[in-house]
Amino acid sequence: MHDMSAHAAEHHAPTSFIRKHVFSLDHKVIGKQYYGLALVAVLVGMVLSWLMRIHLAWTNYPIPGLHLLSANGAPGNVMTPEYYLQLMTMHATIMVFFVLTTAPFTAFGNYFLPIQVGAEDMPFPHFNMMSFWVTFVGFLVLMSSFFVSDGPTLGGWTQYAPLSAVGSAAGPGQGTGVVLWAAAIGIFCIGQLLGALNFITTTLDMRTKGMSMWRLPLSAWSWFITSVMGLTAFAVLMPACILLILDHVAGTSFFVPSGLVLNDQLQPHSGGSTLLWQHLFWFFGHPEVYIAIIPGMGIVSHVLITNMRKPVLSHRVVVYSMGALAVLSYMVYGHHMFVSGMNPVSSLAFSFPTLVITIPSSIMVLIWLGSLYGAKLRINTASLFALGFVSMFISGGVSGFFLAQPSIDIMLHATYFVVGHFHMVMGVAAMFGIFAGTYFWFPKMFGRMMNETLGKIHFWLSFVGAYCIFMPFHYLGIAGNVRRYQAFVDDYLQPLIPVHRFITIAALLTGAAQLIFLYNLFHSRFWGKPATDNPWEATSLEWSTPTTPPPHNNFGDKLPEVFHDPYQYGVESSTGDYVMQASPEKVKSAHDEA
Amino acid sequence: MAKFFAVTIIAIAILSAIPILRHTWDPPADISTHGGRIDEQMSETMAEAGISFLASQILLALFIWRFSNTRPGDKIKTFPGGAKAMVWAAFLLVGTEVLALGVFGVKAWADVYLTAPAANAMPVQVQAGQFAFYFRYPGPDGTFGPLHPDLISEANANFFGLDTAHDQDSKDDIVTAEMAIPVNREIHLLMHSKDVGHSFYVPALRVQQDFVPGLDLSLHFTATQIGKYEIVCTQLCGLGHYNMKAYLEVMSQEDYDSWLKKQAALQ
Repeated sequence: MHDMSAHAAEHHAPTSFIRKHVFSLDHKVIGKQYYGLALVAVLVGMVLSWLMRIHLAWTNYPIPGLHLLSANGAPGNVMTPEYYLQLMTMHATIMVFFVLTTAPFTAFGNYFLPIQVGAEDMPFPHFNMMSFWVTFVGFLVLMSSFFVSDGPTLGGWTQYAPLSAVGSAAGPGQGTGVVLWAAAIGIFCIGQLLGALNFITTTLDMRTKGMSMWRLPLSAWSWFITSVMGLTAFAVLMPACILLILDHVAGTSFFVPSGLVLNDQLQPHSGGSTLLWQHLFWFFGHPEVYIAIIPGMGIVSHVLITNMRKPVLSHRVVVYSMGALAVLSYMVYGHHMFVSGMNPVSSLAFSFPTLVITIPSSIMVLIWLGSLYGAKLRINTASLFALGFVSMFISGGVSGFFLAQPSIDIMLHATYFVVGHFHMVMGVAAMFGIFAGTYFWFPKMFGRMMNETLGKIHFWLSFVGAYCIFMPFHYLGIAGNVRRYQAFVDDYLQPLIPVHRFITIAALLTGAAQLIFLYNLFHSRFWGKPATDNPWEATSLEWSTPTTPPPHNNFGDKLPEVFHDPYQYGVESSTGDYVMQASPEKVKSAHDEA
Repeated sequence: MAKFFAVTIIAIAILSAIPILRHTWDPPADISTHGGRIDEQMSETMAEAGISFLASQILLALFIWRFSNTRPGDKIKTFPGGAKAMVWAAFLLVGTEVLALGVFGVKAWADVYLTAPAANAMPVQVQAGQFAFYFRYPGPDGTFGPLHPDLISEANANFFGLDTAHDQDSKDDIVTAEMAIPVNREIHLLMHSKDVGHSFYVPALRVQQDFVPGLDLSLHFTATQIGKYEIVCTQLCGLGHYNMKAYLEVMSQEDYDSWLKKQAALQ
């Protein structure tokens, strides 16, 4: 902890438009920029998923105007097989990297981590600014692949070699498309590494007086843990992307063995390993799942506690569980490779930590459930989405029991069961965490309340809709429906096509419901009811700022001092049933302070 | 609103379970000697996961129902046993559950992957390439001729890259586009890819194994039901991935012998 008062004097508010809104050093502006990027990305990703779903349910049915997107990809407005795979790859890449990593982690984390620890900004504001703009460039590079002659890569977000490494001989988009993909992700990694350094240093070095580590809110803990993961996971993916690019442009063979024949041509590669890519990718890829979901766990805990009017059963157990998930996530990655030809004994070795990781996950769920017991639950849009998160996390979590076992994976690997599993647990659950955070923090970020009626309609349509989309995915997988097919031509898949049609209709409706959110977001931004400083009667430091939204240096002339644990609810104080962290008031607490 | 939410959660949980309980969408019936154990493991996991799923969702719903809309004077309460009870429950209930699944699951996995094929298992080679499977039988000499990737030519129908002019062992090799095997005979499948990653998935046979370029992999299995089944690719391999398939015909020994003779004549 530092006395930041000397530093505070240096922190002047910028005056020019460019320094204030574009190349801003203010963590709050950067947080909003990340949120805006995620919003654009999620809209692109969602529209791609609509196109894919329509094509899967009614293959060869023309989608009006599709040829405008790509004349080659959709002649006569009907998607070609390769264009389906290209849209699928872009959908996944955009969603995983530019939505699920940016919104809950770098957007909310940037805005609220410094405030929650009681700092005036991140320690390296220039790194922070670079982190966003580098990420933005990564997004542009990825998007640019839509406009190259043979389109974006079709290799899936996992980009398995050698399909990804042998160039355009392997198919449309596998030349320039892959290079742009790997460059975009490599650039994205740089942005994440810069961000992670800031997050870690903010948490360790910028805490205000009285803010011990155990007094950090669970959201701050989740961003801290996630940033440590980001630092180690993205540091592996970035060099892997560089090696992949070298295989394309420098004639290397990191991921290509000898003796491969494509289009009757013997490839000029030798000595590479295709499994090397899988190991490098999944060493990043599995922690990435937790990078997407741990901030959601933190945000949801934060929102739930405020609305339950009581702390969770044990703050420390939640922190330890998130930590255990983070550590274990590096030991389980081989469960993506059970049928990859890896040594079958290794599969068993990766299976056990995968089964063990269900224990900290279960502890989290049981802590949420046990904390609900005896609560004074306030139902609002934020708490509905937080509770929806818990329900989705349970549903997406139990399917992990199946996929953790190599023997069952023989049947379920590469089927829609896997698609259902990860969409529920890291897609929908993480999105619900983002929504909970948005409805909860919007008043602080923009000084206005979001419309609760529209919010609740948005919740109901999203909650029921998401179940209608993703639960049937599991049934398809059990029946052996292979994923990443642009059409279902196999005899045994024919009875499953009506299920796909049901899913498509549900996806279109649920997607349309997100327009309500979008309207609410923009309308409330300008015309929402003005918000008070602490509309939810919450305790953490973001609700103690002198103005709403917070001033440029967050706390005005003087940084706050912290006197309490983060979640002192259910107490008797002068303000009601809670006492804020920054309030020196002594209260009788039912909960021991750390 | 809270009560409606609680009812919705319970309704979704029960509706989700119905197709599973009624077996509305099941995989094709098992036709292998090892698949029974996989299916058993699947049912046990389904029972345990299903109970965890229903119990957690119902508990969530009940607590939402009971602990919202409280009166102003109500005091918050702590769950009896507190966090300790939760940690113990997770370790004891979930820990035992996953440990049991893990330990029993090893057996099903070992059947496929940790046992060697019998010495008299019939070797069949399969090659995956964009976007077709080709199969090779060693012919009367029982030996596969060597492969020469530089000789692979779709145009000349030399799918494996065989040099029948020079390699004695290749002369009687039989290459086919469909796979036929005799019923109740163990098959030793030798797998390699000619270009990118592919996979060999026969749902009815309860096998799935990736082809990894640069690695020679193998599988062994015994089919117990005569019939025609689908072999599909499950590893994204390019634009024709969805259509990369072949048929597996399980035949009586006599039918198989005559099929093989016919194929040999076509070479």
